[in-house]
Amino acid sequence: MTTNMSGPTETTASSGESDGKIKDSNLRLTTTAWIAILILVFWVGVAVFAPFLAPYGEGDMVSMESFKVVEESSFLGTDYLGRDVLSRIIYGARMTLGLALIATILSFSTGIVLGFVAAISRGWVDQILSRSVDAIMAFPSIMLALIIIGGVGTSLPVVIFTVAMIDATRVFRLSRARALALDASVMEYVNVAEARGEGVTWIMLQEILPNTIVPLAAEFGIRYTFAILFISSLSFLGLGVQPPGADWGVMVKENLQGLLYGAPAALLPAACITTVSVAVNLLVDWFLHRSSTTIPGELME
Amino acid sequence: MSDLLKVEDLWVEGRPPGGKYTPIVKGVSFSIKPGEVLALIGESGSGKSTISLAMMGYARPGCRISKGKVLLNGEDVLALDLKGRRDIRGSKIAYVAQSAAAAFNPSMKINRQVTEAPILHGIMQENVAVEHAVELYRRLDLPDPESIGGRYPHQVSGGQLQRLMVAMALSCTPELLVLDEPTTALDVTTQIEVLKAFKDIIRRENTAAIYVTHDLAVVAQVADHIVVLYDGEMMEQGSTDEIVNRPSHEYTKILMSAIRQPPKGEGTHSDSSTATSIEEAISAAPLLQVSDVTAAYGQVTILRDIDMRVGNRETVGIIGESGCGKSTMAQVISGLLPPVSGDVSLDGNSLPGRVKGRNRDQLKRVQIVFQMADVALNPRQKIGKILGRPLKFYHDMDQARCKERVGELLELVELPRAFAQRYPGELSGGQKQRVNLARALAAEPDVILCDEVTSALDTVVAASVIKLLEDLQEKLGVSYVFISHDLSTVAAFANRIVVLYAGRVVEQGPTTSVLSPPYHPYTKLLLSSVPELRQGWLEDVMETQEARSGIAQDVKMSAVGCPFFDRCPVSIGGVCDTQAPPKRNVAQKHEIICHRQIDELLSEQEMAVGAAAR
Repeated sequence: MTTNMSGPTETTASSGESDGKIKDSNLRLTTTAWIAILILVFWVGVAVFAPFLAPYGEGDMVSMESFKVVEESSFLGTDYLGRDVLSRIIYGARMTLGLALIATILSFSTGIVLGFVAAISRGWVDQILSRSVDAIMAFPSIMLALIIIGGVGTSLPVVIFTVAMIDATRVFRLSRARALALDASVMEYVNVAEARGEGVTWIMLQEILPNTIVPLAAEFGIRYTFAILFISSLSFLGLGVQPPGADWGVMVKENLQGLLYGAPAALLPAACITTVSVAVNLLVDWFLHRSSTTIPGELME
Repeated sequence: MSDLLKVEDLWVEGRPPGGKYTPIVKGVSFSIKPGEVLALIGESGSGKSTISLAMMGYARPGCRISKGKVLLNGEDVLALDLKGRRDIRGSKIAYVAQSAAAAFNPSMKINRQVTEAPILHGIMQENVAVEHAVELYRRLDLPDPESIGGRYPHQVSGGQLQRLMVAMALSCTPELLVLDEPTTALDVTTQIEVLKAFKDIIRRENTAAIYVTHDLAVVAQVADHIVVLYDGEMMEQGSTDEIVNRPSHEYTKILMSAIRQPPKGEGTHSDSSTATSIEEAISAAPLLQVSDVTAAYGQVTILRDIDMRVGNRETVGIIGESGCGKSTMAQVISGLLPPVSGDVSLDGNSLPGRVKGRNRDQLKRVQIVFQMADVALNPRQKIGKILGRPLKFYHDMDQARCKERVGELLELVELPRAFAQRYPGELSGGQKQRVNLARALAAEPDVILCDEVTSALDTVVAASVIKLLEDLQEKLGVSYVFISHDLSTVAAFANRIVVLYAGRVVEQGPTTSVLSPPYHPYTKLLLSSVPELRQGWLEDVMETQEARSGIAQDVKMSAVGCPFFDRCPVSIGGVCDTQAPPKRNVAQKHEIICHRQIDELLSEQEMAVGAAAR
């Protein structure tokens, strides 16, 4: 009620002044958002220009000595096979960021579409989709991935597809729940669109998606980081990125021993994963904040 | 007697997120003695709820109490620290919110919630608190006072829950009770029952109360003093008698004039010429015809054997208590809920039951406007897009033409064109309802189904929306199906009225013929339950037969007999409960579905008037 300040002459009340201001502040990037964007742009740049930036090839043996600490020929030391850590991190950016991003985008588009379809159509469509997802989720995800990749044979598309499908079950649950929550709280604009004769696509993309984007965006930030780790685990088991290909997750796992010798070979790629996940989450936070101030007043209270 | 509560020069400031503080309550002062009821009255945004919360030293997020004193027994509540305030909240000052359904935790039994405050404050042992609660239930006229506390909130009716919330508030025997619009969300028949209970218990407990509402007629029944607020300022203050009978301030007069009184029972049947000419038009060719429709949600049958017709340029009002199937009717007509049996036809052509089966032209001609503009407008779409979509969808307009038409539509509903750039969240309740209406108009429909479109609005704003609807009908020749539980609004606006009870039509006909005088016992009950703007009305109405037998009863859906049987003062045992009542024609196009003869009903009417007079 505090936001509704108009009196009996309410139709002419309070024109214009506030809305411009609100919009501007929405578009303005905060400091944290800038930091996040800088980090991400940096890594994307690294990934794109990897062959020009890396001093060595990703599989080149540059030293006979493994777990060497910093020296002039290899700036960040060498890994367990004597390969240049810096070069591998640079090449690894391609694999790690790319694979996880593709997998996450794939899992989100499938998960959201199926989740909304289930929520809108209800009945047996919902039952079939939800129960199948339940069945998939009943398996430990790493086990399921092992079975699928083991059965089909390992290749990057298979890895991406497997990770995406397993993640999609989580996204499905969330998006279905959010869409149903809109319905349960009697969001009549969905009924209005239905009564107008709109198709499922419009209702999904225009009415439901914008109103569920907040939790979904938060989920995206988390899922992306998880996808990086999941692919790393698969790589460690020999099912993901195949040697001598570089991947940050693989680098962490294969160089773990180095910690015993005080070599930074495992810590550096771990730090890289951290920067990316922090940046993604900062950006998501900014986005959430931005979109929550778009709806002033009672809806946010 | 000294003042229990004294408020001196209270200022409260609020700010939008990231904005500057601006005053929303400006220097309000008043005082209350023990046993008195003070009413704060004004529209939404007038600061009345903010003031009532400030009595407990509470300001909503984004607000702050900037100046003034709230003296409870001489002690300044605002000067207390958080702990001090917590000690008085619930124990000395208790708050009753508008929606009981939202104030109760659905997963806890009622007794535990009612006794929570005294146990928490250490005032009572658990068994003493429960005993006290049962005593309160008894005084509030709740059924089964011994056992009702063992139920869950969803197991009692809305009116009962509202009274239970008062029991919760009174559990610590507070000195001051703050009631924030406690009956606004209730049906008129339930409102009477709740008001009566409030009034009795306030008298008996000698508690002082602040009663916040926008409804002057309700205030006239319960308050001793009235403070009229507008935009955070006090406009007028005085005894109820002064304000109601001799208002001096202009604004109070505006508030009074916005109240629409239903036609009085004493009136005779007028054969208004407009009504008959419309009648002729309908019988010639009804625009919309609902024949023999039965509708259900899953296994639960909501509507039974509904017959209804709407003519060109006609407004048909559908009235009834909540749960009678009014909104379901709109859903069936719009195709959101396909009927189990029966038929809806437009211009004599049968409409497919489902939205998906209807073609674009059929969809275009019937539009629905939902009750809550807050949730009917997508908060993520700008007004321009909300209004533009039906234009593109139904009329294939290009971008430029669409933009122009959106501007026209906004002007049509008396909003500035610049609103196209705004989000719904930036509009007031009345403005949102206008956009909601404009969206329906964008389709250029023949019939608009208005589902409780004014129910969530203040009297003044609601009156302006009704005025707009009338103007639009004049200009565009559109027909309305106007669904409402507010009889006075329907009476002032509709050409014909359909009275629904428990999913069945119990009476329908031209407005004047149905309401003055009312024949059907249920129509009578509804009409007599609308609060009148005079003191003592509540006591009078409780004397009448309809009220005594009709209130405090749940609506039961039944397949056999007359659904109104158990609330009807003139029911015939063995007949009404077992046989379906026949249709009787009072006048042309005026049907009553009742076992009683028309003459019997009319004499009942006289008896009731006589009883009220005595």
